[in-house]
Amino acid sequence: MLSRTADNLYWIARYMERAETTARLLEVGARIALLPSSGHGYRSEWDSLLQASGTALGFAHKYGDPVQRNIESYMFFDRDNVSSVASCLFRARENARIVRTALTTQVWDAINTAYQELRELERKPRSELELSRLTEWTMRHSAMVRGAIDATLLRNDGWDFLNLGYHLERADNTARLMDVKYYVLLPRVEFVGSGLDNYQWTTLLRAMSAHRAFHWAYGGEVTARKIAHFLILNPQCPRSLISCAYGTNEHLHRLARGYGRSTEAQSMARNMLAELQDGTVEAVFDEGMHEFLTRFILETGRLGHLVHEAYLSGDVR
Amino acid sequence: MGEASALTTYFNEMYQSDTVRLPYARLEDWTRSMPAELRQMKQAEAESLFRRIGITFAVYGEGGDPDRLIPFDMFPRVFTNAEWTRLERGIKQRARALNAFLLDVYGRGEIVRAGRIPARLVYQNDAYEKAVAGIVPPKGVYSHIVGIDLVRTGPDEFFVLEDNCRTPSGVSYMLENREIMMRMFPELFRENRIEPVDRYPDLLRRTLASVAPPKCNSEPTIVILTPGHFNSAYYEHSFLADLMGVELVEGQDLFVEGEFVWMRTTEGPRKVDVIYRRIDDAYIDPLCFRPDSMLGVPGLMDVYRSGGVSICSAPGAGVADDKAVYTFVPEMIRFYLGEEPILQNVPTWQCAKADDCKYVLENLGELVVKEVHGSGGYGMLVGPKSTAEQIAGFADRIKADPGNYIAQPTLALSTVPTFVEQGIAPRHVDLRPYCLVGERIELVPGGLTRVALKEGSLVVNSSQGGGVKDTWVLAE
Repeated sequence: MLSRTADNLYWIARYMERAETTARLLEVGARIALLPSSGHGYRSEWDSLLQASGTALGFAHKYGDPVQRNIESYMFFDRDNVSSVASCLFRARENARIVRTALTTQVWDAINTAYQELRELERKPRSELELSRLTEWTMRHSAMVRGAIDATLLRNDGWDFLNLGYHLERADNTARLMDVKYYVLLPRVEFVGSGLDNYQWTTLLRAMSAHRAFHWAYGGEVTARKIAHFLILNPQCPRSLISCAYGTNEHLHRLARGYGRSTEAQSMARNMLAELQDGTVEAVFDEGMHEFLTRFILETGRLGHLVHEAYLSGDVR
Repeated sequence: MGEASALTTYFNEMYQSDTVRLPYARLEDWTRSMPAELRQMKQAEAESLFRRIGITFAVYGEGGDPDRLIPFDMFPRVFTNAEWTRLERGIKQRARALNAFLLDVYGRGEIVRAGRIPARLVYQNDAYEKAVAGIVPPKGVYSHIVGIDLVRTGPDEFFVLEDNCRTPSGVSYMLENREIMMRMFPELFRENRIEPVDRYPDLLRRTLASVAPPKCNSEPTIVILTPGHFNSAYYEHSFLADLMGVELVEGQDLFVEGEFVWMRTTEGPRKVDVIYRRIDDAYIDPLCFRPDSMLGVPGLMDVYRSGGVSICSAPGAGVADDKAVYTFVPEMIRFYLGEEPILQNVPTWQCAKADDCKYVLENLGELVVKEVHGSGGYGMLVGPKSTAEQIAGFADRIKADPGNYIAQPTLALSTVPTFVEQGIAPRHVDLRPYCLVGERIELVPGGLTRVALKEGSLVVNSSQGGGVKDTWVLAE
């Protein structure tokens, strides 16, 4: 397939997944803001979220103080914010429009419907739009696109590029969401293990739609260790880092087999998976959760770069 | 063209005084049996189908909604088999003559030597590409998809308004209009025996494959070259690529190496044999034409010249569809084919000629004046519809550059019943069939009918408020 087509497919998936993450992040923020106080007033949590999504500077430039309503608008609707739900959906649809022929009608329909509805939402007064409605709306459409892909798309190399996009973006996003919780939201070490600490962890699980699943899998108290195990090392959790690593490996493997050629991307993905398979929660905490996550995010970025070089750049010889 | 004068009578393709013409016989009951509510429901259904499929259309320079739809009118336009047979012969004849002309003027130029067309009109023409002089493309074909715009003024009177030898667009509407009609009104297709048009993509692919370059010695790889997804016809490009099962590429996806053109794929370079390009000559190859073009492929023309790739339509084909050259198409038919033209030209005055120019300036109020290289209904004057001020302004423009203008009488375009708010009313139509020229000449029975939706209007261009209709040819 054309490298550019593969690139478009890959980015459809990345933007759809990113839109969903931004919506989840907004939900984390809204829930945490419901807490009476965490030492600095709720404003600082919102600020932390902006920092986590890498949009704090842009927001400050446009709005100044982090007021919740403004943050909601900025992270959901604002086209100036490249990570906003609207920006991501817009670009996912733009990529899809370019490669209409590589998609089924159902997949196109799912993406296009989300876009058309978004344009209607944009015309409504903000006061009529509850945040929870917006985040649910995003997750519903993201699920519809995902479902259309799984149910109707030909299992060819295009399908692999879409899935690579999904898994790489999800790996990056899960790691970032955890890092927000661990590093940004809880700035002072005396909070670790406190009621606030646990509340935040629970909120994080909720935002990942993994709250119930976690209790089924672990039971008892919510602790940092259990959650770290669940979100990093447990292949049963669909958003865990190891699940994403299995996903990238599977699709890179299929590509290598289909094309009869293996690249650096395959070896790097294998190594990343092997590390997680052999990993323990103790090792993660010994390295330092933040340090571990930072390293993981960087490696995921490098893997993305290798995939680009090997398949998407058009310079393959 | 402007408002219809109240004195003119127009040929109504369905009703002749009180009787219904034969091809429309069964549509009478159909419209009678459709109450207003049902009609509105169907119209809304059609619109949502179009929008979901994604057929939208951007109008150059108008801004506004980039996802605008071309209005679709559900009332079909119908031809009998006999009517179509004659049209088909005329269209194929014209397509053959135009290609013979192109091959000739880039070769020995016999028609010019014979004095049947002025040399200036050919060789000084902006669309004449000196860079391709002497090239004989595979099968001698320059224009592989010829779109011929026709209007009708009476039961047996058809006129050719213009020829499109480069990259005529709109064929996706022909195909989609039919799909949507079949989905919404299957009973109509059971009651009427309507010739199918869905062979078009297959015929197009075969036509393109039949002109594979000399250096291609296996099943040719065909691609469609698009300027990109911001182009107003992008939907059509991707639609055709999909139906033919070929890649849709942009200039950046192709590169030249050795004696061939290659496309960048996830598995490495793949050789390309036939390029159906939907970009203008000027943008094909920055090394040969416009150096500032970001759309083209550097070195493409060298490969083309040496027989490593075919380009459809061939660079230079535009010289045949120029509005000044148009006047000479009947002459081409006589000269190359030794036949009399089956389809007539609209009488045309060349402002480049002093006598013609004088006549045009004196009669501007009744004429339609067009730029020689204009298209899409832009930059034209419709005399009967214009104010004295507009006419005076246009007269100045003609005097300043007479060679840039031609004029034609305001034609009495036929009408077809069309759904309007109050029910059904006659609206003016034209027709664009798409003739395919390769090893063989093919024409699917149908085309794109454009309709001027505004009451009395004679302008059918979608950029000027026109819509489209499904076009039926009845089986014998």
